[in-house]
Amino acid sequence: MPEPRDLVVEALTRPATHFERWSARDWTHFFQQARNAGLLGRAGARLLGLWPSGRVAPWPANLEGHFAAATRLMEAQRAEVQRELGYITRALAGLGAPVVVLKGAAYLAAGLPPGASRVFSDVDILVPKAAIQEAESRLMLQGWVGTHDNAYDQRYYREWMHELPPMQHLHRGTTLDLHHNILPSTARFKPDGRHLVERAEPLPGWPGLHVLAPTDMVLHCMTHLFMNEETSHSLRDLSDLDLLLRHFGSNGAFWPLLVERATLLDLRRPMHYAIRHVVQVLDTPVPADVAARIGAYAPAAPMGVLMDAIWRRALRCPHPSAALTGTSAARFALYVRGHWLRMPPGMLARHLTIKALRLHGRTTGEPVTTPTQG
Amino acid sequence: MARIRSPLIDVAAAVTALYRHHTVVDGSGFVDFDVAVRRPNGFRALWRPQVVFEFEGEEPFNPLPGDQGFPLLEWGLNWCVYGLCHQHLTLHSAVLERSGRALLLPAPSGSGKSTLCAALVFSGWRLLSDELALITPDAGELLPLPRPVSLKNASIEVIQRFAPQVEFGSRVEETAKGVVAHFPPPAGAVRQSDERALPGWVVFPKYTSGAPARLVPMERSRTFMQLIENAFNYDIFGRDGFDLLCSVVDRSDCYTFEYSDLAEAVALFDRLSRGERA
Repeated sequence: MPEPRDLVVEALTRPATHFERWSARDWTHFFQQARNAGLLGRAGARLLGLWPSGRVAPWPANLEGHFAAATRLMEAQRAEVQRELGYITRALAGLGAPVVVLKGAAYLAAGLPPGASRVFSDVDILVPKAAIQEAESRLMLQGWVGTHDNAYDQRYYREWMHELPPMQHLHRGTTLDLHHNILPSTARFKPDGRHLVERAEPLPGWPGLHVLAPTDMVLHCMTHLFMNEETSHSLRDLSDLDLLLRHFGSNGAFWPLLVERATLLDLRRPMHYAIRHVVQVLDTPVPADVAARIGAYAPAAPMGVLMDAIWRRALRCPHPSAALTGTSAARFALYVRGHWLRMPPGMLARHLTIKALRLHGRTTGEPVTTPTQG
Repeated sequence: MARIRSPLIDVAAAVTALYRHHTVVDGSGFVDFDVAVRRPNGFRALWRPQVVFEFEGEEPFNPLPGDQGFPLLEWGLNWCVYGLCHQHLTLHSAVLERSGRALLLPAPSGSGKSTLCAALVFSGWRLLSDELALITPDAGELLPLPRPVSLKNASIEVIQRFAPQVEFGSRVEETAKGVVAHFPPPAGAVRQSDERALPGWVVFPKYTSGAPARLVPMERSRTFMQLIENAFNYDIFGRDGFDLLCSVVDRSDCYTFEYSDLAEAVALFDRLSRGERA
């Protein structure tokens, strides 16, 4: 039986002639995989770019409507993120410390390529640890409310993690994640949040808001992707990384600086995995000497082989039709690894037990949504 | 284009009967929605079995009691349209067409919209949809999506008397809402499902026991605000949504409507369609 195809990756990398051979069934699978992966907008935009108006597109007419729907949704979310950044600017004016926007909202605010074609949900910001209480108070005064009310979660976040429990706005319902570092203090790798803030760059449109320097933004993306326990957005994040590297990498000075910063921030291992796999999956152009240098940060051979097999599976679009054998085992391994990298073994055992017991309690409880006739 | 799978005989029978005028195609074409209605996994299947709706391998909702498979399928397909199809602005409204103009009947459940819509379907009006008004962003036209029409409780008997030729599918006891039954969309409506219509009338119906049929003109600004209340994805459309609803309201004669007798109501809409004073 032929290997299941990841049609989203094909849509993001292959030339136009490749799609002329796709059947209606291929287009259906692509559509399902892309929407599931949060990449329908981005893949659709690329395909539409390969077929400027005048040329007859090879995809079914109905898919055109779905592309339009994805574009419409992205535009609405972009507008919402921009509004949120405005509210955040006003809420934290006078904080006396820089506020650094992270991830998707940063790509959008800084006008970077991933921001133009992405699905957004939460806004992530980072402030120096010394300013975090003040920042939290100011946000609460403007209507953001803390979540995760129970004592365990509160302690988990405030004492050990690099972020507070997510805050939700009372009226708008939007979610805000407030960080003081990109990894917890208990994690295996220890980037110093102060280095990140030091080189953060101001955002022209929003006074007081900043984004990470290009190398740091890329490293954060790599770290989040290759240390996270949740892998359902991995392909989307990998695609963001690919676009960032193509954008920043055209400047020759970027690459040696990237390696230097990775060393300073203790993030060489995630960088190694990131470069290795973004090149393999999305053909990202990386200078040969840089790739060779980064290759030296690989783990020992047996671990390297195992991790290769795991990433190969976990970085595919999450739709079941694209899954290779062993994909759920791979995702589970990364789930455990993600936790193990965040905290020492004793703490990890306790944390996973509490989460498992809580999950059990929820499945025997009342349902969350019930359908009603329209 | 929906791919519907179910191992349950009652669901298969209902789909066959109620989608009888729709074209069935082979599995090789493009599929917009891949859905299934089946038993949930687990040992619950042996005692008071349930049904669950599946969309592309996921179960977005909790299961329902076992014989509610077909209503659940219809509800799930509605969800696919209003939850995912943001290529058009979607309103919770019935849509019918006559003389090239579309009649919108926006309303929440319980207003008598469904009964009125069903009666109009058998009185010279073409059905575009009994639930979902799909408005195209380019020309502000209504897109047909004729599917089985659902009726509840007393409405079923009322329409059976009004149009004895109607073949209802099985009646299903819904724990929350009472009894629900469906009838197939007319063959003509399905045949003309490519024919869009520009808005002509917006009427907010309300069944009031004993009330004579009455159309009362409604201010355009109030109509506009009420349409927003009945929209599923207005927020996603932003400024375009505002302009689109403006165009709908500008093109339409807008009314509130009260009735109790169906024949009287239908006659009034008849006069409306001919441009006579209502």
